[in-house]
Amino acid sequence: MNSVYQRRRIINRMVMTLCVAAAAFGILWLLMILGTLMFKGAAALSPDVFLERTKMSGGGLGNAILGSLIMTALATVVGTVIGVAAGTWLAEYGTKSRLASTVRFINDVLLSAPSIIIGLFVYAVMVLPMGHFSGWAGVAALAVIIIPVVIRATEDMLKLVPNTLREAASALGAHRWWVVTKVCYGGARAGIITGILLGCARVSGETAPLLFTSLNSNQWNFFDMDSEMPNLPMTLYQNMTINSFIPRQVELAWAGALILTAAVLALNIIARIISSRRSKG
Amino acid sequence: MKNSATADNRHLLRASSGELKALKRNGMIDRLFERSTLFFALVVLVLLGSIMASLVMSGWPALSTLGLDFFTTDRWAANVEKFGALPAIYGTIVTSVVAVVIAVPVSLGIAIFLTEQCPMVLRRPLGTTVELLAGVPSIIYGMWGVEVLAPFLQSYFPTIFPAGTGLATAGLILAVMIIPFITAITRDVMLTVPSMMRESAYGLGCTTWEVVRSVVFPSVRGGMVGGVILGLGRALGETMAVTFVIGNNLFFSPTLTGQGTSIAALIANQFPEADGLQRSALLALGLMLFVITFIVLAIARYMLNRIERRAP
Amino acid sequence: MNFSREGSMSARINESTLQATTSPVNSVAAAKLKVEELNFYYGNFQALKNITMEVPANQVTAFIGPSGCGKSTMLRCFNRIHDLYPGLRTEGQILLDGQDINDRKIDINLLRSRIGMVFQKPTPFPMSVFDNIAFGVKLYERLSARDMEERVEWALKKAALWEEVKDKLKQSGQALSGGQQQRLCIARTIAVKPEVILLDEPTSALDPISTGYIEDLVNELKADYTIVIVTHNMQQAARVSDVTAFMYLGELIECDETTRIFTQPAHKRTEDYITGRYG
Repeated sequence: MNSVYQRRRIINRMVMTLCVAAAAFGILWLLMILGTLMFKGAAALSPDVFLERTKMSGGGLGNAILGSLIMTALATVVGTVIGVAAGTWLAEYGTKSRLASTVRFINDVLLSAPSIIIGLFVYAVMVLPMGHFSGWAGVAALAVIIIPVVIRATEDMLKLVPNTLREAASALGAHRWWVVTKVCYGGARAGIITGILLGCARVSGETAPLLFTSLNSNQWNFFDMDSEMPNLPMTLYQNMTINSFIPRQVELAWAGALILTAAVLALNIIARIISSRRSKG
Repeated sequence: MKNSATADNRHLLRASSGELKALKRNGMIDRLFERSTLFFALVVLVLLGSIMASLVMSGWPALSTLGLDFFTTDRWAANVEKFGALPAIYGTIVTSVVAVVIAVPVSLGIAIFLTEQCPMVLRRPLGTTVELLAGVPSIIYGMWGVEVLAPFLQSYFPTIFPAGTGLATAGLILAVMIIPFITAITRDVMLTVPSMMRESAYGLGCTTWEVVRSVVFPSVRGGMVGGVILGLGRALGETMAVTFVIGNNLFFSPTLTGQGTSIAALIANQFPEADGLQRSALLALGLMLFVITFIVLAIARYMLNRIERRAP
Repeated sequence: MNFSREGSMSARINESTLQATTSPVNSVAAAKLKVEELNFYYGNFQALKNITMEVPANQVTAFIGPSGCGKSTMLRCFNRIHDLYPGLRTEGQILLDGQDINDRKIDINLLRSRIGMVFQKPTPFPMSVFDNIAFGVKLYERLSARDMEERVEWALKKAALWEEVKDKLKQSGQALSGGQQQRLCIARTIAVKPEVILLDEPTSALDPISTGYIEDLVNELKADYTIVIVTHNMQQAARVSDVTAFMYLGELIECDETTRIFTQPAHKRTEDYITGRYG
């Protein structure tokens, strides 16, 4: 064995060891975070956490969980309607036109715009004119975040529907809308649902856009969308900052963090299962 | 049933009344469908436009009153109506740079590990885990930072991190947050390299590292840079992971480990109680953040799109 | 018949140029489709050059020729499926029963319901077998549930698929075998009751047994429909068609009775192609 080969082998060994080390390092951090979450969160979990409302001290997270569910669900509905429609236009009508490329680019930018900016925007156009924080404002902010996700997913999935299917449907004398709604949506359904679920998962953990829109509240709020809406991420934030001197609030925050993460991961996993079933079937 | 094709010579114009009705109805729905989807597509443009417009309009009072001082002075004191954004800008840039400097090598390492070295059975599960972790809400990272990381740093490295919290701590948390994100993108683009290219390089007797360096990296460089910049964009605009651990100190200290603030953290902290010029100044800060991230994201998208266009 | 001799004579005279020799092959069969000086362009590329021919009613007309010769493009002009894409341009006329299909007054969707098309690869929609058939019917007809069931059964029987799928009507159309999928597509086309059926290499993705099924089917269907088939398989053209048109580089070289084309073609190019000298 000559020395050049030796050197190459040693370099390779070194770099690859570094890669394994990097992987171990990265995974270690993430395991520590998840470990802390499980450990601290599980310790504070009890039925009361789900049933009681938030209070200045003690209490549970029931109202915050409910409020988050309401706002996330409504935002998902709004985002789905707008996102699927816009994505359909991009994939089926706009395709390569200039307007479509512009919309696509703007959408990509919105897709990764800082969420706090979205909060500021909704504050300026909804909260200020209305004069108070409201559940609607929270829904609007979350919807603005979810729309680009759904648009991207819808467009990508519709593009995967083979053109021969469109031709075949058109060859039967079907109008474009019938082709799109019956054939293309049928083929892209799983992928679009996956996209919607991923968007839903993303907004359910968002805190920053709610800071100045829905705010938070210690009361139960059953669909009174015109007033402040309690929600889980804001409750975690407040419990860990202004209320962090009360040990029980910090415990509750970890319980909430565990619930939130579990919900987000569950949504992600469901989305993945749906999309992998599609690719198999 | 009329099955055979004969008779009526002018049938194409002489459809049955049922067919004519169906044609008319479907034609109407067709136009409606196209127009309404176009309308919603335009909503996207309107959204971006109104985000820009609302931030400019509501930030204008502060920008016009303060002028250039807004960007160049380092004192942010609401009680005397002094708003210099320098500390926040500095904090934003420093935390993001720290985050990217730490996250990029680690992410590349993990991505190489996942695509080239990892035993086959583990590749998919580990890859999925990375993608799942990229979805963990950022507030969780922030909470962990303030509960675990900051106290740890404070007790083990008191000379470097006297308070535990600070710019470097925030950068570290941001790094942990964007590692799964950058890894997922890098892994994706590395997988777009055709296995034939890899195999022919291995066939020449290349070592794993040589294959990665001379075959994989050159063909996906744009995509990887795009992924890194996307990660940078995330770090720049992140609020929750940062605000817990950055220290929220308004006094400007051009150090790496001292306590400071970032644009997002400053907005999150002060906006709820802000009014008048202060609110306007915070909105102007938001505008600035948006413009910065817009530019960064546009660059990232440009590079990623180039890869996508090439991929099969 | 007498025309064809004249045609072949003129062809001999113009051997070197690629002049089309077209002839109304059967004085009994009226022309269902008439193509008159048709030119077609993909952007700047001219894919069809000055084509004039007739497609007789209730017969099978086959287009043959080497790949890229324009035969599929020709077929796709008949139901204007090209209109789905921008940048494509047609000149000249195609007459369906004397009516120009490119006329602005023609509703393109109605046209397509009159001229059905089956594609190279089976294209079952992502829905049940039943819904696949009902899809096109629902567009123009309001049928009761019973009538719709009858129509679906009728179409599936016509396509010789009923016995195989009558217990699987609720299953996904994409779960059928390749040959069954293609017959499903034919049934779907028939269900709309078109007058002309266009088949674009319908068996190129199928095994020999399924191919046999489809060919038998084509033979039966011509009693009720005018059929145009594109195929790269010359034996198939010989087996199923009454009239064969040979195309080369976007031009129609020769169009005549199938038996004549395969036994005594007028053009040397046709002969070369049929005897396998190129293609």
